[in-house]
Amino acid sequence: MIRFIINGLLRDHHRSLFPIIIVSIGVWITVFMQAYLTGVLGDMVDTTARFSTGHVKIMSRAFAENKDQIPNDLALMGVEQIMADMQSEYPEMTWVKRISFGGLLDIPNSEGETRSQAPVMGLGIDLLSPGSTEIHTMNVAKSVVRGRMPEKPGEILISDLLAEKLDVNLGDAATLLSSTMYGSMTMHNFTVVGTIKFGIMAMDRGAIIVDVNDVQLALNMEDAAGGILGYLPNRIYDDNTAKEIVERFNLQYDDVDDEFAPVMGKLVELSSLGDYLNYAGSVTGIMVLIFVVIMSIVLWNAGLLGGLRRYGEVGIRLAIGEPKGHIYRSLIYESVFIGLVGSVIGTGLGLGCAYWLQVKGLDISAFMKSSNMMMPNIFRAAITEETYYIGFYPGLFSTVLGTMLSGVGIYKRQTAQLFKELEV
Amino acid sequence: MNNHALITTDNLIKKFPVGKGWFTALNKINLTINEGEFCGLVGPSGSGKTTLLNIIGSLDIPTEGDAHVLGQSISGLTIKKAAALRNHHLGFIFQTYNLLPVYTVYENVELPLLLLKMSANERKKAVLQSLEWVGLLDKIKSRPAQLSGGECQRVSIARAMVKQPKLVLADEPTANLDAKNSHNILKTMEKLNSELKTTFLFATHDEKVIQYLQRKISLDDGRVVSDESTSSH
Repeated sequence: MIRFIINGLLRDHHRSLFPIIIVSIGVWITVFMQAYLTGVLGDMVDTTARFSTGHVKIMSRAFAENKDQIPNDLALMGVEQIMADMQSEYPEMTWVKRISFGGLLDIPNSEGETRSQAPVMGLGIDLLSPGSTEIHTMNVAKSVVRGRMPEKPGEILISDLLAEKLDVNLGDAATLLSSTMYGSMTMHNFTVVGTIKFGIMAMDRGAIIVDVNDVQLALNMEDAAGGILGYLPNRIYDDNTAKEIVERFNLQYDDVDDEFAPVMGKLVELSSLGDYLNYAGSVTGIMVLIFVVIMSIVLWNAGLLGGLRRYGEVGIRLAIGEPKGHIYRSLIYESVFIGLVGSVIGTGLGLGCAYWLQVKGLDISAFMKSSNMMMPNIFRAAITEETYYIGFYPGLFSTVLGTMLSGVGIYKRQTAQLFKELEV
Repeated sequence: MNNHALITTDNLIKKFPVGKGWFTALNKINLTINEGEFCGLVGPSGSGKTTLLNIIGSLDIPTEGDAHVLGQSISGLTIKKAAALRNHHLGFIFQTYNLLPVYTVYENVELPLLLLKMSANERKKAVLQSLEWVGLLDKIKSRPAQLSGGECQRVSIARAMVKQPKLVLADEPTANLDAKNSHNILKTMEKLNSELKTTFLFATHDEKVIQYLQRKISLDDGRVVSDESTSSH
């Protein structure tokens, strides 16, 4: 009977081609959208983790409460001890200190007078320690457009756009005007040794990258930092592991009376990415549901039309004694075959497009000129394990549902009318 | 002729609702058809031929009275048992052949056997045998669209005969055929009746068919008006 069904499907294009095309298109879009959403959100998560929050982040309680303002006057103290503790407790993780700061960058002329000036967003990371992981984490070396990496204290990188705006040349002096941890004004001289482009508009518009020890020196933040960032092994974020570490840390260091007591938060909480991730999950689910409903309706109608075309076939099968349930089931088997073929084709097409977007990417920098979001300027899809099977849900479910709905007519058919019907 | 009764009807009445009343399609039909007969229900349109064929073929049930086919009461059959009776013991031949266009001649004839859980070898043997009876062994790979009307009807005979049923029901089997093809078809069925002792019951008003019948049961207005045996063609 299976051979009978498959032969019928292969030879009768009206029975198979249209449903397969519908299923393939639906599955194609589902697979591509899943990969696209996963890619974009994955990049956002990754970017946020690399530049801003790590997978977990330790801050002072007061800093955490006002973290959007980056209040360095509430910075975490005793950083070296906490880092040593963390490294000993979680040796498989990477722990780094970071200081984000704001200020004014002043470029003097040869006589020491201001030549140009601009507000900047600074990031203090470990650039000079031997074996520092930060250069790799932030992809700093590969992001250098002109010049070289800082090799000694006092050397900085500034964003390429900012360098252009300030007319800065390599080797020029630059003075940072900012406030110390204690609220007093500070000025610190640096030498620009390179320009940088991260591919994130929020950073590329006006960022400077400084070694974290220089920042501590400039802002009077001895043994202090904005935060200590922790990265899980292999740099892969796992919410459950992060949650476990956060709960353990906070239980150990909890001190409600001390506003400078360290507290730990995890990536999705610190960046509001949890909402985005939930949203993405919902969007994917809704998308699958929409395709199931739309394709089911289309395939239901296709099934009804097919039912009309195959009225004689069903009639003769009833006449020769095939039970109604058997015919109904054979139609379901057909739909499973169609659903599988359509899902395989659609998944193949979706994977092809997703792969293209994963490799080539979609440059949206033109639309991101005024964006402050920590997201890359190039959208890329990400093919995950789920991408390979997600299309099978709408693909199989809709064809089977459509067939089940349209096939109900078989049960309503009166065998007493068969002779009359089959004589037409 | 074997005198073993294959079909009996006992005061069989079939009524259909028409508006607020009832239309009596069959009125107290009492018949016995024996195994191996080549007989026909004859009469004008609306005389009740197809209705009676429907009931004998377990496609419909009587309103009153009963029909027994191969010892089974048609009134007492469930839908499943009626399907099983058709599947195992009855063959159907239709006016418009009703072959499945996407399948080959071989596959069309094989279809009834797929439900009988026969092995592939048994099916192949039966299909080839059946096609040999109707002289279409050279067309097994053809599709219905590649056949003439006469050939299509021969395929539908092969399909009806492939499981070697006790009874074949044929409703106006020659209505779409010219005289030459009609005679060929009828000769084929006559030969199968004589060689395999398969009982054939026709519903027809076609003179070409009537002249082949060994027994002619005339119906008019839902009643049997005559029942006569005729000499073989």
